[in-house]
Amino acid sequence: MLEITNLHATVNGREILKGLNLTVRAGEVHSIMGPNGSGKSTLAQVLAGRETYQVTQGEIRYLGKNLAEMSPEERACEGVFLAFQYPVEIPGVNNTYFLKAAVNAVRKHHGQEELDAMDFLALVKSKMKLLEIDEGLLNRSVNEGFSGGEKKRNEIFHMAVMQPKLAILDETDSGLDIDALKIVASGVNALRSPERAMLVVTHYQRLLNYIVPDFVHVLVDGRIVKSGGKALALELEAQGYVGIEAEAAQLARA
Amino acid sequence: MSTSTSMIEALANQEYKYGFVTDVEADAAPRGLNEDTVRLISTKKKEPEFMLVWRLKAYRHWVTLQKSDAEPTWANISYPPIDYQDIVYYSAPKPKKTLTSLDEVDPEVRRTFEKLGIPLGEQKRLSGVAVDAVFDSVSVATTFKGKLAELGIIFCSFSEAVQNHPELIQKYLGSVVPYTDNFFAALNAAVFSDGSFCYIPKGVRCPMELSTYFRINAADTGQFERTLIVAEEGAYVSYLEGCTAPIRDTNQLHAAVVELVALDDAQIKYSTIQNWYPGDKDGKGGIYNFVTKRGKCQGRNSHISWTQVETGSAITWKYPSCILQGDNAVGEFYSVALTNHRQQADTGTKMIHIGKNTKSTIVSKGISAGHGQNTYRGMVRIQKGARGARNYTQCDSLLIGDKCGAHTFPYIEVKNATARMEHEASTSKIGDDQIFYCNQRGISKEDAVSLIVSGFCKQVFKELPMEFAVEAQKLLNVSLEGSVG
Repeated sequence: MLEITNLHATVNGREILKGLNLTVRAGEVHSIMGPNGSGKSTLAQVLAGRETYQVTQGEIRYLGKNLAEMSPEERACEGVFLAFQYPVEIPGVNNTYFLKAAVNAVRKHHGQEELDAMDFLALVKSKMKLLEIDEGLLNRSVNEGFSGGEKKRNEIFHMAVMQPKLAILDETDSGLDIDALKIVASGVNALRSPERAMLVVTHYQRLLNYIVPDFVHVLVDGRIVKSGGKALALELEAQGYVGIEAEAAQLARA
Repeated sequence: MSTSTSMIEALANQEYKYGFVTDVEADAAPRGLNEDTVRLISTKKKEPEFMLVWRLKAYRHWVTLQKSDAEPTWANISYPPIDYQDIVYYSAPKPKKTLTSLDEVDPEVRRTFEKLGIPLGEQKRLSGVAVDAVFDSVSVATTFKGKLAELGIIFCSFSEAVQNHPELIQKYLGSVVPYTDNFFAALNAAVFSDGSFCYIPKGVRCPMELSTYFRINAADTGQFERTLIVAEEGAYVSYLEGCTAPIRDTNQLHAAVVELVALDDAQIKYSTIQNWYPGDKDGKGGIYNFVTKRGKCQGRNSHISWTQVETGSAITWKYPSCILQGDNAVGEFYSVALTNHRQQADTGTKMIHIGKNTKSTIVSKGISAGHGQNTYRGMVRIQKGARGARNYTQCDSLLIGDKCGAHTFPYIEVKNATARMEHEASTSKIGDDQIFYCNQRGISKEDAVSLIVSGFCKQVFKELPMEFAVEAQKLLNVSLEGSVG
């Protein structure tokens, strides 16, 4: 589904990603871990198409297409979804109304008829239970005045409604207490399917107790330096990133 | 054969010789303004003596203002000096050129119609295309008029009201905006051509939204329009002014006056959507919209609310205000003003608290895009006797791009210590992160901007009558086109 080869990306002229390789197939859940500043969030933003990040080298193939050539909204319409680390507030715009505009933009892109208010409400209601979303959250303005936990839950709720092919979760666990974490994780788990791939970006192993990944990759200084199964995450938890960083530095020198 | 040909020729010549030429001579005043122009207008309109006297007083006052350079210059707008002697102040309402099909209408105007979703029949009416018998707006208007007459409601053109209800006109004309009020109000009083008059008798609740659309003789009200609305004790009326189609008027200067009078327990809701020609991208052409609008809450518990959505005109100079004279009177002002390209707007309100326990609310939303300059100018004055007065003011500005400007000039004068005043203001920019967030959910950049703007304007839109709100939303989208690169 997603094939990244030798990806280099810069922000304000500074190179953050320095030759990243990653292959993700449908149905898989990959976790990207790494110390602060290693480029985890940059990867998420580059995949979603944020314009402040420039791809300078390498290639991103998504479902056979060149992702880097697509606009952010095209990517979204083609099934790429980013759950934001810092969800953005849009004052005065009703959350449900926003989601309806989003779903219908995607439907329009695929030449499907737009959902009317009734059908859309039915869709929303069916997904609300999944994340124990309170009806009040639907009628409030997008993310405005939401608590940290509510914002993150709302992101996963958006994901549930939009049913993407490739979901990127950028530090979805940050700012969540253990109860909220469990709710979010169970929501994400319910969305796992053989057609859907997920990229879970996180600093801590904690989230991976609840969302068990098929693969764990460690990102250091813009490159994936180690890949493995779930056990790798536990190893990191025990030893920290220090050892792996030293290893990576040695490799770079060699 | 030759006889009939020569007869036709003779007839044709005759018509040319007398009909056409005479028309021109009699029905248009020469360029420029003097006492004769004012007299001509009054005579042409067959006005009673008191009107002429009033117009002349207004004219003489205007002359003194002009001599003392009293044309207002304090507003945050700039335009080249207006040559008041280069304007034709009166020409008989001439039928608009009738087109045979919509294909003859300016394609740009048609595109706007389509974006606004205006029904075909309505598109034809607005652009002056001959309409078929099925769509007969006159008969619709007549039906409405009958219904209103049953309730004793008077709703007609200003000229008709001068003829048929001179006592009401004499009583209320200039009672809220006297001709001495300001330069443009004086000019309007001297030369106004027509407008609307609306009278709701005691205890009557007007059962429908009154709109200029249903007024007969709405064809050509001209550039100096005057509206007077009177709501007697306990009466209620909601009045809609405006047109969602872009009017490509060749008159550059528009100086209108609107007066509202609310007696005890009466309520007037006045909603405006203004979308006059704003000029082109470089600021060429466009309407100067210099309007004086004021409502007097004369009676106890009276209530006046102004709601405006201003997206058109090259320059807007407009401060719909309330004089809260009766005890417990309520004044409200809800405004969305958008300036794109080279448009300039200096708009806001005045709330003058005179009566006890009077209350006012001001919600102003300014949106600037392109090189647009948007100014909120508002005054809240609490007079000495206004015990327990309250005001809440909120003015927010939204900037799109980095070449536009937003300015705020609030004036607050409090002469009674029991007053409670609240003032909130904010300026924000549409952030790249907001747009990216929308993009990431599949929403295009242009739709994202309109979504964010509509959220920003929500508080005002919800004050508009339902169908007006929908149109206002679409209108904003059209006006914002090309504001994001």
